[in-house]
Amino acid sequence: MLTLQCPYCGVDADETELANGGEAHLKRFGPGSDDDQFHDYLFMRENPKGVHLERWRHAAGCGKWFHAARCTMTLEVFGTYSAQVYAPPQEIKDAITTKRPGWSWREFQ
Amino acid sequence: MSNPVSALNHASYDGIARIDEIGLQGMITLRGDLSSDTMAKAVSGLTGQEIPAVNRANVVGDTGLCWMSPDELLVLVPYVQVEAKLAELNTALGGEHALAVNVSDARAVFRVTGDSARDVMAKLAPVDLSPGAFEPGHFRRTRLAQVAGAFWMETDGSFRIICFRSAADYVFNLLKVAAQPGSKVDAF
Repeated sequence: MLTLQCPYCGVDADETELANGGEAHLKRFGPGSDDDQFHDYLFMRENPKGVHLERWRHAAGCGKWFHAARCTMTLEVFGTYSAQVYAPPQEIKDAITTKRPGWSWREFQ
Repeated sequence: MSNPVSALNHASYDGIARIDEIGLQGMITLRGDLSSDTMAKAVSGLTGQEIPAVNRANVVGDTGLCWMSPDELLVLVPYVQVEAKLAELNTALGGEHALAVNVSDARAVFRVTGDSARDVMAKLAPVDLSPGAFEPGHFRRTRLAQVAGAFWMETDGSFRIICFRSAADYVFNLLKVAAQPGSKVDAF
């Protein structure tokens, strides 16, 4: 079972205490963008076998949203980090690079 | 005049642990900046307790403070004083950006006592309850089987559980099943 550490309350939360919020770091294309950009924003999602960045909410605990970096194949968790960022922090990127050299996910690597 | 009663009106059960619905408890949900001095003074003036550390509760009897999230506290006061305490709190908070609401009647409170109290709780919540990992004063907001709940350990090793009043019957049944005679796990 997946266990993620909530960066806000520090609890090692069991998957059953959390709610998945889909893909992380989505960039919104709203009014003023063209149809292709809006289509991609709305429908195109990553579905990797390997490194993935996701949003999670500590729903049954402190109620805060956070980000998690994990491997969809092995369920290995590389780290969790604050929700108030546009990109994974350097230490998370380093942790992933140590385990999965040459990884990339959308524009991050 | 109205006569307030708690959800299960002091129902109790004796199994491998004793379960009591402990009746009415005054509760105020307080959201705001927990690091501010005004907030610290307001809540300690009200309860005589310091703001608890992360995942801790500072509670004596039916008065105290519980850490709910990085910007939320649960203030416990005696039920009959809750309206007066709420007014006192709002005055003390002054211009502080904060919100305090009386939620006493939206909740139910249980106590689990006995040697197997840890066993009973561990059957219901995804929390490490082993001695050393969960000690008196530790507080945890989590789920109890399928509903949201929160609990902390009191100095005598018993647990105090808070859940929504609408789920009080469900939680009481859960606790009864978890405390059935002969269901001892002795995991700790």
